Amino acid sequence: MRKVACIGAGMTLFRRRLKETPKELCWEATRMALDAAKLEMKDIDAVVTGSAPDAFDGVHMKGEYYADGCGGFRKPITRVFTGGGTGVFSPIAAWWHVASGLADIALVVNEEKMSSCYPHAQSVFAHIWDPILDRPLNPNLVWIFAMEMNRYMTVHKIKKEDIARVAVKNKRNAVAHPAAQLADAKITVEDVLNSEVLAWPVQRLDISPPSDGASALILASEDAVKRLKVETPVWFSGVGWCIDSTMWTDRDLYFPRYLAQASQMAYKQAKIDNPRKQIDFAEPYDPFDYKELHHMEGLLLCGKGEAAKLTREGVTERDGDLPTCPSGGLLGVGNPIAATMGTKVGELYWQLSGQAGKRQIPKEIHTGVTNAWGDLMQFSSVVVMRA
Amino acid sequence: MRVAIVGIGLTPFRPSTPEFSWKELMYDAATRAYADADLDPRRDVQSFVTCAEDYWEGFGIFDEFVPDQLGAAMRPTCTVCGDGIQGLAQGAMQIQSGLFDVVAVESHSKASDLLTYPHIVQHALDPILNKPLRGHPNYLGGLEMDAYLRASGNTARDCAAVVAKNRTGALKNPIAAYGAKLTAEEAERSPPQFDPLRTLDQAALADAGVVLVLASERKARQFSANPVWLRGFGWGTDSPNLEARDWTTAKYTEIAAAAAYRMAGITKPEKAFQVAEVEDRFSYKELQHLEAAGLSKKGETAKRLKKGDFAVGGGLAVNPSGGSLGCGYILDASGLHRVAEVALQLRGEAGSRQVHRARNGVAVSWRGLPTATGGVAVLGVGK
Repeated sequence: MRKVACIGAGMTLFRRRLKETPKELCWEATRMALDAAKLEMKDIDAVVTGSAPDAFDGVHMKGEYYADGCGGFRKPITRVFTGGGTGVFSPIAAWWHVASGLADIALVVNEEKMSSCYPHAQSVFAHIWDPILDRPLNPNLVWIFAMEMNRYMTVHKIKKEDIARVAVKNKRNAVAHPAAQLADAKITVEDVLNSEVLAWPVQRLDISPPSDGASALILASEDAVKRLKVETPVWFSGVGWCIDSTMWTDRDLYFPRYLAQASQMAYKQAKIDNPRKQIDFAEPYDPFDYKELHHMEGLLLCGKGEAAKLTREGVTERDGDLPTCPSGGLLGVGNPIAATMGTKVGELYWQLSGQAGKRQIPKEIHTGVTNAWGDLMQFSSVVVMRA
Repeated sequence: MRVAIVGIGLTPFRPSTPEFSWKELMYDAATRAYADADLDPRRDVQSFVTCAEDYWEGFGIFDEFVPDQLGAAMRPTCTVCGDGIQGLAQGAMQIQSGLFDVVAVESHSKASDLLTYPHIVQHALDPILNKPLRGHPNYLGGLEMDAYLRASGNTARDCAAVVAKNRTGALKNPIAAYGAKLTAEEAERSPPQFDPLRTLDQAALADAGVVLVLASERKARQFSANPVWLRGFGWGTDSPNLEARDWTTAKYTEIAAAAAYRMAGITKPEKAFQVAEVEDRFSYKELQHLEAAGLSKKGETAKRLKKGDFAVGGGLAVNPSGGSLGCGYILDASGLHRVAEVALQLRGEAGSRQVHRARNGVAVSWRGLPTATGGVAVLGVGK
């Protein structure tokens, strides 16, 4: 297994980007990452790309369509897809391109353009259900996540206020992020609790906003890191991913066991046996505020049902003992599904290489973990990185 | 680190499979592959890769529906939106990176579920520049065929000979859907649809599932005394812009083949193989891909075809399975099927279409219209 480092990252503004095509968004992020790593496309051996449903951009085989935007011209380029989990999964695919020896330097580009979808990106999710068992019920994502959130709150007797604290923390953290869409320095728990109910217990400010954007990373082998004299490489020390059964109605939603499995796979490689002690900060996937808590537990950063307490006590604040979503996460920076790679693996890179600017965690940090979550509440991808 | 193919699972190709769902098709192919490798997926397979595209499947996020029927629940599993050889490469890299010893790669086609195939392909065109032109997208095949024939000197008659070779060859393949006693003259008389592309120059859609099980060298020895080795693989993409790409040469195949041959240590591809399974979704593509993969010199391809050099028993058996023209076109699973056929040939398990003394083989794939993406896999037996 060759050692693999991240040596550069780029991320576009997360917004409704009507003027840019998917190709242009890809190239904007690609160029930023190339500039950060002081490289050109000729230096890139292979490209990996990630994007969520084709239906968002409204193009069949969209990975082929925007390939040249990712610099994937007369090169090996592959698109991987694990639903919402793609944001942390495509870097894993790029990792195996380098770890296997196939590529010395690989580029990962993730893109999402949800605004081309009328009337709303949510309509794409009408087509993600089992056509016989689920579809006739006409469910949508807010509806099923409300069920999961409710189950989580019920099992652990967690109060809505404690969950709302996550949205407040992340939207405040996002104030320091230059790409942020929904940062709010003044937001309070009351604002979240007073926002309109969409499907109880989910309220509008519990959810991250749909968005358009792209992000890119450059991965390099140890040889390439030496050759390029990279000053602050950030190393991948563990990767993991896992999918649970399609039959989401058959499992207890209070705990993401697929994430626990994926974490254990990554921690084993990273030689981590006590995650809470050995991990300095985390970027769990937070499309909804309760998901940050759910994922902290799945990442084994605390016991089941304990994440809300850590949040209440301020442990997960940027200056806390376990800073969590210092980027501002999906709740604050925005949720262009696969492109959230920039606030997840990208944030790990920027924090561990000391380039996070105003978002920089004040304490000394060595190890970070991130995850993404997708499919029918069934898949998670995990990356552990070290400075 | 070397990677071997230790399990092959193929369902029969059929124009439609009303009694099976796509899930059952996947299950069928997977159980055949696991039985072939003599393994239990819940115990022995560590990672699963599916090659699929949402619009082919009719889902928003097809990845959701992959695990159960493959035995992949609570395991590392992912979707590659690519051709079977791209998926195979991801599985092989997962093994070579040291993460896993055994990986299953799946791809399937339930094309009979598609009510509007041409419209879906149209939906893959650039939404601003090309899609508004409308029309059945196979016109792009007609345009490319015209450009290719002019540049290569090969003729429509040569393409008809490919059709005849593959359709009659498929009669010897028990899983082929479109085997037929057909002569080149008859193929040439079929009506032009996207001139010069005739009706019979185009492979018909089919349903089928393909699963291959890959293993690290250490594990492969436990499964088989003489496994089929994946000696090299590569894939590549030319420009997605119709206006910017090379219309006469399959650049993506050149890129993929160069990478695969480099990995396999092959310097003279035209002499390296006894069997080749080469993308033939359109008849001219077989000739174009043979040349781009360095399996036949430009200018000699038609001559060799006429001499019977690409038949079973010739110098290089090309598409002994019957290819897509004879078996049916199974979308992104086509590439994985080509690898499976080469592996069966190298094992000596190809029945009445067996290529004599096949030791080394190559599979060449293309993702179909409107892409300029394809892969190459080099397989061999023995040391």
